[in-house]
Amino acid sequence: MVRGHGGPAASRSKLPATGRGSSLVRGRVELETHQMSNMNQKSASDLRVGVLALQGDVSEHLEMMGRVGARSLPVKTPEGLEGLDGLIIPGGESTTVGKLLVRYGLDEAICRRVREGMALYGTCTGLILLAQRIHGSAQPRLGLMDMDVERNAFGRQVDSFEIDIPIPAIGGAPFRAVFIRAPFIREVGPGVEVLARLPGPGGQIVMARQGKLLASAFHPELTDDPRVHAYFLRMILGQ
Amino acid sequence: MVEENVKYEAAAAAGSAAAAGAEGATRVGLAAGVAYGSSSMDLEAAKGTWRVKKGLAEMLKGGVIMDVTTPEQAKIAEDAGAVAVMALERVPADIRAAGGVARMADPAVIEKIMNAVTIPVMAKARIGHFVEAMILEAMGVDYIDESEVLTPADESYHINKHAFKVPFVCGCRNLGEALRRIGEGAAMIRTKGEAGTGDVVEAVRHMRAVMDDIRRVQSLPVEELMTAAKEMGAPYDLVKEVHDTGKLPVVNFAAGGIATPADAALMMYLGADGVFVGSGIFKSEDPAKRAKAIVEAVAHYEDAKLLAEVSKGIGEAMRGIYVGGMKPEEKIQGRGW
Repeated sequence: MVRGHGGPAASRSKLPATGRGSSLVRGRVELETHQMSNMNQKSASDLRVGVLALQGDVSEHLEMMGRVGARSLPVKTPEGLEGLDGLIIPGGESTTVGKLLVRYGLDEAICRRVREGMALYGTCTGLILLAQRIHGSAQPRLGLMDMDVERNAFGRQVDSFEIDIPIPAIGGAPFRAVFIRAPFIREVGPGVEVLARLPGPGGQIVMARQGKLLASAFHPELTDDPRVHAYFLRMILGQ
Repeated sequence: MVEENVKYEAAAAAGSAAAAGAEGATRVGLAAGVAYGSSSMDLEAAKGTWRVKKGLAEMLKGGVIMDVTTPEQAKIAEDAGAVAVMALERVPADIRAAGGVARMADPAVIEKIMNAVTIPVMAKARIGHFVEAMILEAMGVDYIDESEVLTPADESYHINKHAFKVPFVCGCRNLGEALRRIGEGAAMIRTKGEAGTGDVVEAVRHMRAVMDDIRRVQSLPVEELMTAAKEMGAPYDLVKEVHDTGKLPVVNFAAGGIATPADAALMMYLGADGVFVGSGIFKSEDPAKRAKAIVEAVAHYEDAKLLAEVSKGIGEAMRGIYVGGMKPEEKIQGRGW
């Protein structure tokens, strides 16, 4: 998509809902009041899924959520999180996104919204930021999932790869998983369900779930296959 | 480039030498003979594919890539929130001042920078100098910039970038030039601007030119596309793709003259996916503060209040050179064919 020809008005119209909107605040009130009954009745098209838009492959996730039938919007501020049923932390540079999260209080806001029931899916960078333990690093993180991850675990960019992996939870044929300077999960705690491993003797964990938190080391948004995003949607709906 | 030892220690999987296949992609058997009950499963890891090369650039979107010349500068860039660094011996302003022939940086300099940070490290090769590119690939550099900032090694031809497993970024001044580079295998594009000047006017000119060209191509009837391709000197299939999608097939950053947070935000408004800042950071009074401010300006480019906040008290910008007062032969943007 070609962004604006220039001028704030042109560009703003592309990104109207990154927070601050009073409609989002109204949405939150409604959600809190009728949260339980609402969640039971909601269908995919009622869901509002944000994509954290501080840095990374935001548009790919927005497009994919649209394809599976949810309303998706970029989010850059704590206010933008209000009223969301789910949030995706896209691929990007984890040190960059981690710093920007902390600088504007988004880390605390995201953790609070997760406690209130918002689902969260992290791809690659998102997986790193979701982990409680990042091997050999003290970088900022959300630390929500009981797992131990290793950054750049397969090497540098020349070692980035794509491969078919079985993911029984999403059903059907193996999934074409794209790993870009990717992390993997070294270990998960008892409350974390392993959803996918790399084929082969290493068998590294590359996708996991803990309640309403989902993480993958690979990038389904770079493929044409919407099954992982559809799975996240079902997860939000409690199916 | 042609054959290499595939590292896979971390994966503790296969580790045998593999020959490069089509387009430099390498396939490594991860688990020969392992069956998962599916007939169509591809049990080989494919490296250096178009999707993987282009994918890294997509992960850099909304970010700032900073020129650095020492491990200390690389750390400052990483701490400020850079998504990647460009490892150089000299920043463009100094290359310009030094004159003479500018070549690929000393591998020792690049290696030290690679060891200092965990974010991706890019490095520059001369236009057409595929051996410099082979050296950079062998070192494990994450992205190669086939750059007009260095003295061209070939006055007619660029590197065949499809032959490499490592992805390339190339400069452009308009859509035709961008599509020629993509046709040669560039997985990322940046507008050229005028490097080492701190004057954003050329970066603006080139970004507007690319965006205008895209809008024009998009609006053409299909029967006019071949002639448009001929006039732009661009591959027809890529012109057709731009026509159909309304965007470049790869990520496009702005570069060449960005010196302030406002410059960076301006380029984002004009359609850049992110920015390269070369001399603008380490030729300024307070690089650490300026670097951080530019990172925030790119992430929140549409928030003018925040831009005002981050632009406060960050020291003086690089002094800069007024591009309008330069002689044509002093400009480096014309390098590239």
